[in-house]
Amino acid sequence: MAAPTITDAPPIVKQKKEALFSKKNLQTLRDPLDDTNPITVQVLGICSALAVTVQVKPALIMALGVMFVTAFSNLIISLIRKSIPTRIRIIVQLIIVAMLVTIVDQLLKAYVYDVSKKLAVFVGLIITNCIIMGRLEAFALAQKPWPSFLDGIGNGLGYGLILVMVAVFREFFGAGSILGYKLVPQWAYDHGYVNNGLMVLPPAALFIIGLYIWWQRSRKEELVNVS
Amino acid sequence: MQHLLNLFIKAIFVENVIFAFFLGMCSFLAVSKKIKTAFGLGLAVVFVMVLTTPLNYFILTYMLEEGALTWIHPSLASVDLTFLAFILFISTIAGAVQLVEMVIEKFLPALYTSLGIFLPLITVNCSILGTSLFMQEREYNFAETAVFSFGSGIGFFLAIVLLAGIRERLRYSNVPAPLQGLGIAMFITALMGLAFLSFSGIKL
Repeated sequence: MAAPTITDAPPIVKQKKEALFSKKNLQTLRDPLDDTNPITVQVLGICSALAVTVQVKPALIMALGVMFVTAFSNLIISLIRKSIPTRIRIIVQLIIVAMLVTIVDQLLKAYVYDVSKKLAVFVGLIITNCIIMGRLEAFALAQKPWPSFLDGIGNGLGYGLILVMVAVFREFFGAGSILGYKLVPQWAYDHGYVNNGLMVLPPAALFIIGLYIWWQRSRKEELVNVS
Repeated sequence: MQHLLNLFIKAIFVENVIFAFFLGMCSFLAVSKKIKTAFGLGLAVVFVMVLTTPLNYFILTYMLEEGALTWIHPSLASVDLTFLAFILFISTIAGAVQLVEMVIEKFLPALYTSLGIFLPLITVNCSILGTSLFMQEREYNFAETAVFSFGSGIGFFLAIVLLAGIRERLRYSNVPAPLQGLGIAMFITALMGLAFLSFSGIKL
């Protein structure tokens, strides 16, 4: 856009076109990483965070899948938000989300079949991942497409952050490796180091997220009474 | 017969939807503050599960699977529509939840108000879609599907009522402030999960 030539141009012109990465938009993108993290603060999408985090690779792919679905479902719902009747909005949302998840599922089956086998039903369960519904209800139904898209990316990232963190802990202590590379050397095992069996079991994920929540809330007083 | 009974016990205890697969955690953590509401939500989940999983079984076997459409015309034998499973499964569930919502609003208005937003959210309770997807993945037949869905529902019911009981007691204990609410609920669920792991020693 050319700079306005008249010096006293009305300020409306400025407001009309918000910069693509304005401060507000960046904040939409950044907040879900910590302050409004979908898992630890909004208490959404916990199920898959616990189930797919035994190893880092499935966790990463799951995080990417969720990010894709949150971003694009937010975008699509935001684009058509004015023409959705409120009474049937949940069904409309579910159909759009189910469509996107079907795309993700088919892509995974086509390109990373072994991981898609490992994730099994959890890809389908992205549909019922509360993060997606939660963000659609709380954000996309009332906001413009671009901020909604950023909100989706941000929440997907916040979700992925927790997922990968938990997975790193669990794979390192449970199997002595990260992304399949052995990190604990053989001599440690020879001297009596044993992989932690608890880390492979599902409750370990709850313990790690519980500890993370404890740490996060003792660091930020304002989060203490969120839920 | 014994096989079905085994499956039932397994679905409740050994492969409990909450403690073994962590499905439906959101509502599990959010609605488990009082036994009464937990009880209501548990029943609603059992009902929706028992209703939708067999229904989805029929959709899968007579509409989606390869060769499922032969009852229309033999030439359709090679059609495989399983990629549509997600969309159809979730529609069934959304419909069933709508039904439950209307029934509860009519006959149990007190429960209706206490469940609030979490009633429509049963639609996105992953344990319900999860049961349908497990049914598909493990290739259960109809009898197994019915027993499995009932067992999973009871498993969810049991888990949420147990946690609600513990959390009601927890009000009298001295939990560090940053750990209150969600944090301690996570730890308790983990400990309960460990307890339920002991069932996995049972060979069925």
